[in-house]
Order: sequence, then structure tokens, then C-alpha cells
Amino acid sequence: MSTTAETGAAEANTQGFGGVQARSEAVLNPPRIAIRNLEFFYGDNRALKGIDFDIPDRQVTGMIGPSGCGKSTLLRVLNRMYSLYPGQRATGEAMIDGMNIVAPDADLNALRAKIGMVFQKPTPFPMTIFENIAFGVRLHEKLSKAQMDERVEWALTRAAIWDEVKDRLDASALGLSGGQQQRLCIARTIAVRPEVILFDEPTSALDPISTLKIEELIDELKRDFTIVIVTHNMQQAARCADQVAFFYLGELIEVAPAAQMFTAPKHPKTQEYITGRFG
Amino acid sequence: MPTEHIVRSYDEELRRLRDMAARMGGLAERQVADATRALVRRDTSLAAEVVQRDVQIDQLEREIEAFCVRLLALRQPMAADLRVIVAAMKLSNDLERIGDYAANAAKRAIVLASLPSIGSLNGFERMAHLVQENLKAAMDAFVNNDAEAAERVWAADEPVDAIYNGIFRELLTFMMEDPRNITAATHMLFIAKNLERIGDHTTNIAERIHYAVRGDSLPEDRPKADESAYAVVRPAGG
Amino acid sequence: MSLSLTAGAIPGPRKDPEVALALGRRRKRADRIVRILCVGATLVGLAFLASILLTLTYRGFEAMSLRVFTHVTAPPGSEGGLLNPIVGSLIQAALGTAIGTPIGMLVGTYLAEYARGSKFGNAVRFVSDILLSAPSILIGLFVYQILVLPFGGFSGWAGIAALAIIVIPVVVRTTEDMLTLIPNTLREAVIGLGSPKWKMIVFVCWKSAMSGIITGILLAVARVAGETAPLLFTSLGNNAWSVDLTKPMSSLPVTIYSFAGSPFEDWIALAWAGALLITLGVLSLNILARTVLRGRK
Repeated sequence: MSTTAETGAAEANTQGFGGVQARSEAVLNPPRIAIRNLEFFYGDNRALKGIDFDIPDRQVTGMIGPSGCGKSTLLRVLNRMYSLYPGQRATGEAMIDGMNIVAPDADLNALRAKIGMVFQKPTPFPMTIFENIAFGVRLHEKLSKAQMDERVEWALTRAAIWDEVKDRLDASALGLSGGQQQRLCIARTIAVRPEVILFDEPTSALDPISTLKIEELIDELKRDFTIVIVTHNMQQAARCADQVAFFYLGELIEVAPAAQMFTAPKHPKTQEYITGRFG
Repeated sequence: MPTEHIVRSYDEELRRLRDMAARMGGLAERQVADATRALVRRDTSLAAEVVQRDVQIDQLEREIEAFCVRLLALRQPMAADLRVIVAAMKLSNDLERIGDYAANAAKRAIVLASLPSIGSLNGFERMAHLVQENLKAAMDAFVNNDAEAAERVWAADEPVDAIYNGIFRELLTFMMEDPRNITAATHMLFIAKNLERIGDHTTNIAERIHYAVRGDSLPEDRPKADESAYAVVRPAGG
Repeated sequence: MSLSLTAGAIPGPRKDPEVALALGRRRKRADRIVRILCVGATLVGLAFLASILLTLTYRGFEAMSLRVFTHVTAPPGSEGGLLNPIVGSLIQAALGTAIGTPIGMLVGTYLAEYARGSKFGNAVRFVSDILLSAPSILIGLFVYQILVLPFGGFSGWAGIAALAIIVIPVVVRTTEDMLTLIPNTLREAVIGLGSPKWKMIVFVCWKSAMSGIITGILLAVARVAGETAPLLFTSLGNNAWSVDLTKPMSSLPVTIYSFAGSPFEDWIALAWAGALLITLGVLSLNILARTVLRGRK
């Protein structure tokens, strides 16, 4: 009789449950993005300090931590969103496919096509549902009408919203519900066929059912995309993520497979945060 | 724990869980002690009391389980809190089994009281004493969150097994000497086995406490000295 | 921890219901006085407005006839209409808006999308705001100096230029305001797809802000339609039929200005009719602007 089933990871991993690979059983894929000694500055204020970790390929990396810990900042570094604003800069390395994301000479439009982002609040464009999807595709590809139709259907299907909108593709996207809008935004992001998708608290403005749909979607998407998700909701990180990184005051305190992070974190600060003993 | 929860009532609930487990552990210790005393003193009324009290342990187990389920559902515990709750849940299971073994021993003590005594009961007393010590140390380790203490308990089951082997051989000898001893010796053998099983459950409890505190598991192989399985015939290559 | 305060007794003396009641009565009294003052002031304002509108409607309708729309202005007593001022006003307001709007939109876009927080942007915004509140006669005088004097006389173009200058700051303001209202995350969402900035502005930002900008343009049109002062120095007015933009051009406000001040009954009546026309025009533009804005929401 094995009395150590709680962490019998190696044992359970080979079996899986009902054919579904057990997410919690900590095998991380090889890295997709390798972050080394990354620092970020808002003017003179150092918001990220010497961040070092890998984002595994086609798995979900959750980033948690209290407000202002730098998790969202790191997300915005990964697709150079910060370059929109003067006075913000990053140093160090975040390598994807041999290219340093934070290098000053990086081709930002190409980078953002490769690393898509979904925001906290749904951000539908003031266009039809079809155009919302087609807009991003047209930025990077020249498709025939038929190809575009196919792409739009594919993206909407992958984002699990096709059935809800297929009869009103010419209606304004602003008429969709919050949860639908967020799935539309996900569809818009994947339509560009990125390799990495960044989610910045994607469900904090949604009701619980819409939240679960998005989480299910993330689970589904990770077969094809590398996913990074910032969330304030620890249960959400526990539900979605394969790897979890905990940030505090601009530093990466601990990064571990999700199951380990939420059952037996190593660092006392992590322990205090995830058990609700902060401050 | 170094600091307190932001939500104070959560802390209170966790404390209450520890109290419940400690109470159940105390009750189990007492059951083991009383069952042994009833056996040694041939005290059938004390034995009957032990059998009756088992209901209380079962009741406590159900309470702890329900309370743990409630905590899991309402507090969504994480990390150390989660481990403590899971440990308490499983540990209450072990304690319930310990209670069952004690009650079973007490029942046999009632039967034995009506039979002529054979051999000495010193071994039983020593064994029960060791088992109780370990159980108490384990429950203290739980209350104090002490992983080292739990580890010591986990490693301290070896002498219990050794005594059990001695008793096993001794009773075997009695049975071979005189078939009329078989009834009494069999009951005694079961009692010894019960005590040995209680020792095993105590090590389980120690493992769970270690997990609750440290978040990792003790190795699979615990030092064991139970060789009764080979007492008569030693299998080839064993 | 900070929770300790809640555990103890509430500090201070016990609550006295008598005091609470007295305070409540005083509050109600003060409330009543303030309310009476507010309602009174509103009534006074409404009374003036109503009397203006009533007089205007009464006198305006009295003078209104088909002739007003079919005949050009004529000497007193010779059955003239307002055709040339109406057409002149329409041409000048339309062209003035057509010229001022794109300039205003581009400046507003520059301020909101490119120059946020920059020194130059702040300077431009400041100047534009001053222009917005500058007396319109100054603008007339300015155009008089640079377009009328050097080019040998009053002209429709000069009037159009003056009106365009009035339109620009209004459109700048509304464009910038409407663009600033767009949440940054929408911009980031577009940029996040790998879009260049100009596509973001044209296809998403302008589209989002369009109803607001259109409202601003309509209000600008309403404003220039009623301007008299800048036109006095620029297009001057013309009693004969003329759509030649290089010649002086008639307009409703200027015509009202000159007719209303004349001693002739029929001219004064025409001035009332013109005033009513302008008021109705401005009113309908305002209503249209509101509908556009509401339809968006």
C-alpha cells in the first residue's frame, strides 16, 4: 500500500486519467520563450528586477502576485506593448526563436503577429463581427474572399463562438455580450495565427459561467499555442496553468509546476500569498 | 505558521480542525490503553466500556470529515492549509481504524477472561506501551506542526514489530505444545496483530503529518521488522 | 492589525435622538431654501427664453411667405425676399465647414494620438482653446487684413475663410475629446494585432469616435450659421443675386443686421423671418447632433 499518493507524481503521470493528460502532473515542455536577467523601467523606477525563467511551449504559464508586483508589466514586455509609451524601457533578454523581444531593433509588427494579446476588458472594434476578425488577418496576409471566409470561420470556431455568431457576422460586434466579446477578441487574436497568446486577466470583467468558458477555451487552445496568463484569481491559475510564477515587488519569487505551487510552494512568501496570509 | 490569515475566521476554523483531530487522537490513545489494561487485568467491564466508546471515535471521524469537506468547499485552501486539511482527513481515518482495532482487542479480552491464561502478558504490555507512546508523539507532532517529531515516530515502529514477532513465536509454541491452548492463543495472536496494525497506522499518521508540514513525502521504505510471515517457512530467496 | 478598532466600543458619547432630530429639521430647512432659489432662477431664465422664442415665432411667422424663399432682397417697399442671403449663408457655411473640418480633425487627432503630454501639443491645444473663445469679430478683422485688403475687396472666399477659422477650434476640441475618451486598451488591442499606428487611428479610433466628431461638426455648423461679425468684414453682403465667390456675398445674419436696423416696415419683417429661419436651422442641427450622439450609445 502506497501511503505517499499525494505526490506520487512519477507514478500517476504515465497513466493519465481517461486519456486526458493530467495537467497537474508536472512535466513541462521545452521552453518557447527564455527570459534572462530581464529588467524593466518606468522612467527611473525599476519595475522588474532580474527576471529569469522559461515559458514552456504549448502549455499555460500563470503569473500571480499582488497588485503592482510586475506580472502585468512582464506580460506587456513580451509583446513590446510598452513601446507605445515614452519613458518605458526593458533590458536583458527574452528570446523567442533566436530573437530578443526587447532588442531595440526588433520588428514590432511582426513580433506582435507572433505574440498576440487578449486584454482584461473585452475590446471589440467598432466594426462587424466578420471585420473584427478580418482586420488583423489583413494586416499580415493577402487572402482571397473564400480564404478569408474560411479563416474567419476557423478562428471563430476555435474560440468557441462560431455557433453563436454565424448567423450575424455582419452585425456590429458591440452588440455581443461581455463573454461573447471576450471570445471574439480571442478569435481575433488567434486569426492572425500567433505562436504565443498573452492573456491579461481575461476574465476579471466576466460572470462565472463566461469565465469557465474562457478557461475551457484556454485549455483547448494550449494544444496549438503557448499561453501566458496573468490573473488575480489564484483558483483560476490553479485551474488553468501548467506552470505558475509568483511575483512580488518586481521580483520573481518562485516558479514551479502548478501542482507543486499550490500544494507545496518552497518560498515562505509564496506560501503566505497563496494561503491568504499577506500583510 | 509564521503569520496569520487575512481572514481571521479561517484561522479559527483551522485551529478548530486541529483541536478536533487532537481530541480524536487522545480518545484513540485511551482506547488502546484501556483495551490493554482490560486484557492484562482480565477486567471485562473495562473491556465492555472500550467496545462502547468506539462509537464516539466513529462519530468524531465523521465530524472531522464533514468539517474538512466544508473547509475545502468554502475556503478553497491552498498549500500548507490544503495539506493540513487533507492530512487531518486521512489521519482521522487512521485514528478510526486504530479505534476499531482497540475495540476488537477489547472484545477478545472479554473472551480471554473466561479462558485459562497462558503465558505472560508482558510482551503485550510493552507493545501497547510503545504503540501508545508513538501515537501520542504523532498527535503532538500534528498539533505542533513538527515534521522532525513525525519523522521520529515514523522510524520508531521497528521495536513494535520486533515484539510482535516474539509474541507470534511464543504463541505458536504454546499451540504446538498443547492444542487446548489454541482458542486462547489465537485470540491473543489477533490482539497482538491488532496492536501491530495500530503501530502501522501510527506511522501512516506520522507520514501524513510530515507531508502536511513539509509538503514532501517520506520514502516508501519504512524500517520494518515484522517477520512473522516467515516465522514457519522462509521462502527461497526471501 | 487594523481590525482592532471594530472589536471595541464605538468612541464618543452615546447618540442623542433629540439632537439627531433637530439636525434633521435644520437640514430639511436648508434644503428647501436652496431648492426655492434654484427653481426661481430657472423660472426667470425660462421666462426670458420663452418670451424671445414667442416673439420670434410670432413675428417671424407673420412675415413668412413663399416670397421669402423665391425673391432676392430688394429696396424697401418693392416686395423683396431673402433668397440670396439664404443661399449665400448655405454656401459659406457649407464651404467653411468643408474646409475647417478636415483641418480640425487632423489637428485634434494629432493632439490626441501623437502629442499627448508633449510641450508642442500643449501649446497647440492652448492656442486652439483661445481661438475657440476668441470674439468672432477678431477673426473677421484678421481675415479682413490678410484676405480682403490685399486682394482688392470683400469676397465670398474671405467669408468662407473666416467661418473655417471659427470651425477649426470647435472640431479640434471635439475630435480630441472624443479620441481621448477611447480607452487605451482598445488602442493596445489594435497595436497588439501588429497594426501600424495610422491604421489604428483611421480604422478604429476615428470609427469609434465618429459619432462624437460628427456631433461636434454639426455644432460648429450651427455656430457659423449664425455668425454676423466676421462676415461684416469679409463677405460684407450683397443685395443682388450672386454665387460668385470672388464677389461680395450675401448672408442671413448680415442681412438681418442691416434690415432690422432700417426704418422700413417690410425690411424689419424680413429680418424677423430670417431670424426665425436661422433659429430653426440651428435648432434642427442641434437636434440632429443629439440624435447622432444618442444613436451611438
